[in-house]
Amino acid sequence: MPARYFWPVVALLVVSAVPGAVAQEPPYFVTYSHALEEPGNLEISMKNAVASPKYGNTFAGGALELEYGATAWWTSEFYLSGQTTANDSTVFTGFRWENRFRPLFREHFINPVLYVEYENLNEADRSLLEVVGHDSIADYRIPNALGRQVTERSLETKLILSSNVRGWNISENFISEKDLNESDPAEFGYAVGVSRPLALAAGPRPCLFCRENFVAAVEVYGGLGDTNGFGWRATSQYLGPIIAFSVPGGPTIAFSPNFGLNDNSLGVLYRFSVSYEVQQIFGRFHRFFR
Amino acid sequence: MNLQQASRKRRNRGYRLAAGLAALLVCMGADGSWLRHVPASYRRKTNPYAGQADAIAAGRRLFLDHCAQCHQRDAMGKGKRPSLRSAFVQHATDGELFWVLRNGILSRGMPSWSMLPEPERWQIIAYVKSLGPVTRPSEHETSAANARFSAASRWRD
Repeated sequence: MPARYFWPVVALLVVSAVPGAVAQEPPYFVTYSHALEEPGNLEISMKNAVASPKYGNTFAGGALELEYGATAWWTSEFYLSGQTTANDSTVFTGFRWENRFRPLFREHFINPVLYVEYENLNEADRSLLEVVGHDSIADYRIPNALGRQVTERSLETKLILSSNVRGWNISENFISEKDLNESDPAEFGYAVGVSRPLALAAGPRPCLFCRENFVAAVEVYGGLGDTNGFGWRATSQYLGPIIAFSVPGGPTIAFSPNFGLNDNSLGVLYRFSVSYEVQQIFGRFHRFFR
Repeated sequence: MNLQQASRKRRNRGYRLAAGLAALLVCMGADGSWLRHVPASYRRKTNPYAGQADAIAAGRRLFLDHCAQCHQRDAMGKGKRPSLRSAFVQHATDGELFWVLRNGILSRGMPSWSMLPEPERWQIIAYVKSLGPVTRPSEHETSAANARFSAASRWRD
């Protein structure tokens, strides 16, 4: 077997060896809802973003996400990020470690979740998991060799507010990020998402391409400047419809074209993700070694 | 009492308070106590899918997808994950079970399933209720039975 096929084949075998489940999270790429990972489950996800910036090279940013439900009120996630740019190079851009907590133990009309993340990413990162501060299209024209020389260690916090009403999920995120290295001002951003399954009730028989396996969503996100200049000016804004398809007992695939809403934004940013939930991951190891 | 002792005493009091709060949280979620928190409006809710064969079949699929990982495929539970075929669960009203699926019991590891659309939650309840109660022998009875079996095996050997 050629070496380049080895790891994809190993990953496919591992994924197909354990039964998966459909996660109950809405299919947003940037916005978070109050759905946490079920305790003991591990979700493995690959999130990609592809775009061709004006006067720049086409890039494909990717983030491998490992999301673990530590308890019913605490979810922890670890990301590894990298990107490849046409006519340039392929680089590893860093990692993130995030934690989400539900402070209220009951369901309310608006459900808050607190989010804390440590990021160690260089400026070549193109995973675009959020937009903060004065994000600009010019940032995506920096050659990888230059971008990877500058590593930012930052602390990001989010206030996530989310509601479920008659099958609809409505989520709002308020983001703030502070670079821990430098005395840069704190940067702000936002994300808002609305989603709904195409069918609210399940059918009696298993099916593949039926409405219950699809979720439609739309999200809007962008920067809100920083402490020196708060607002919509000189930052990028995006709007994207999303369609997600869950293969019963298998992975969930989501696709979204994101449209830039101003001159600072990329024209179109294509997002694509594949996620797979492994149920009770440590229980499996326990049974395997027994 | 010097300043150091006073500060240590204050810290110990803080730890005791935190431990007390944690114990209270655990007790609040102890088996069955959630039933006390269910509002009357939820208790009165009726399952629009109760007894419908198609809904029960759909509920079974949803149960295997979302619930069986903890409560087992036969819904009998395992370890700290309770059986859903106990008389306690089977005799709870549909509205009470709906309330638990919506809110979860986060302090005890039961997640909220509010992201599942309401009809799907009712379908799961229709399926669980269709299983009917099964009483499992208590741990005391099981260990006594095991002891008798071991003794009989030894005698045969």
